[in-house]
Amino acid sequence: MNPYYFASIALILIGLYAILAKRNVLKMLVGLSIMETGVNLLLISVGYVSGRSAPILSEGITPDRAVDPIPQALVLTAIVIGVATTAMALSVVINLYEKYKTLNVEEIRRLRG
Amino acid sequence: MSDWVAIFIAALMVVSAIFAVEWRDLLAAVVGMAAVSLFASIAFFFLQAPDVAMVEAAIGAALSAAVFIFAINRTERYESEEEGPGWWVKW
Amino acid sequence: MVKRIFAIVFILIIGFWMAKALDQVPFGQDRMLVGKYYLEHVKEETGAVNAVTAVVVNYRGFDTLGEVTVLFIASTGVAALLWRKKRKRTAKTEGSVVLTTGARLLLPFIMLFGVYIFIHGHLSPGGGFPGGATIATAFLFLYLAFTVYEVDHKIFEPLEGLAGVGYVTVGLIGLAIGGYFLFDWIWQTWGIGKENIGRLLSAGFIPIIYTLIGIKVGTELTGIVDNMIKEPEEGGQ
Repeated sequence: MNPYYFASIALILIGLYAILAKRNVLKMLVGLSIMETGVNLLLISVGYVSGRSAPILSEGITPDRAVDPIPQALVLTAIVIGVATTAMALSVVINLYEKYKTLNVEEIRRLRG
Repeated sequence: MSDWVAIFIAALMVVSAIFAVEWRDLLAAVVGMAAVSLFASIAFFFLQAPDVAMVEAAIGAALSAAVFIFAINRTERYESEEEGPGWWVKW
Repeated sequence: MVKRIFAIVFILIIGFWMAKALDQVPFGQDRMLVGKYYLEHVKEETGAVNAVTAVVVNYRGFDTLGEVTVLFIASTGVAALLWRKKRKRTAKTEGSVVLTTGARLLLPFIMLFGVYIFIHGHLSPGGGFPGGATIATAFLFLYLAFTVYEVDHKIFEPLEGLAGVGYVTVGLIGLAIGGYFLFDWIWQTWGIGKENIGRLLSAGFIPIIYTLIGIKVGTELTGIVDNMIKEPEEGGQ
């Protein structure tokens, strides 16, 4: 098993464990952000061709010696959108703390209102 | 030679992610998350993707951690005590 | 405790099936179909040397417009959720001498580096997004060093709106000249810069769009930082 595939699957599973088994809302958001990093790593390691170089066609690099450029364009978009949604989720958490005075998910579910 | 570097970077990434999820101090967890982003940026460089490495280093390692720290400033810093001890770290 | 054991068993099952699925995708094999067409025709159809930049702006430019829209919605959402009547900064400790002197010295160089990254997007790795993020990091640096620094909202918000309007205007001019939205009219109809591929003045409308995206991303991320760092004043919200 390749080290890059192993690392990306491990990051996705560690992030999923943090979302399922932790009670603090900020720790769940840390797990969500780690999961997004793992998914981006998996997308780029699928598009790698061994023995070739970066897809910038300056002199010396012909089109049959470059790596696939399409997964890199996808991941460029996904990283920026990830940080924007994390910022928005954190402002929801700030409002939640001001209303309920706690960050524990089970107590918020019990208070409800 | 390049296989050893890949195994080393992958091991550092997984160890850093486990620490980020398990620490009780939320500031330390945010630093662990920034370390995962940093090692992922190095891994993107070894996978011949320089554009993605630049974006991950500028946004994931600097701005995502900064936004988290501003949110921790306005809420609490320590996670609440759960029942029973945390399974092998207790600080 | 039961929740933890259940979570670990569930995760191990998912991990086993993911590893079994990834065994069918061997690492490092050549599987390019559409990518091969893009790599072979990128120099005469777009004029850019960086293939990833040409795919993001020229071949798949509509998806980039969608991403800019999502960033705009997120920035407006943060500003709307954290809106109070009176807000101000509540930091009390001034930064040390090293931090304030370093911020004053390094600020023009960081902004110059960010502008360099998004102007040379079609020649070297980078583009609009890391360039805008570097400019936002420069403003974050100023926020951390001085306790009374604030960004002037009357300049930043119209600038962000104008950059977004500019992107849609470039696409509409392409619709008027060529026949479809985001048609590259500078490279394909006017033919400016067809003789210096590999230098700065080439690649059609890629530098123009990346300048607009760089300004927009930089001001948006600075707006997010500014909204999250101010706290409501005591005595009423």
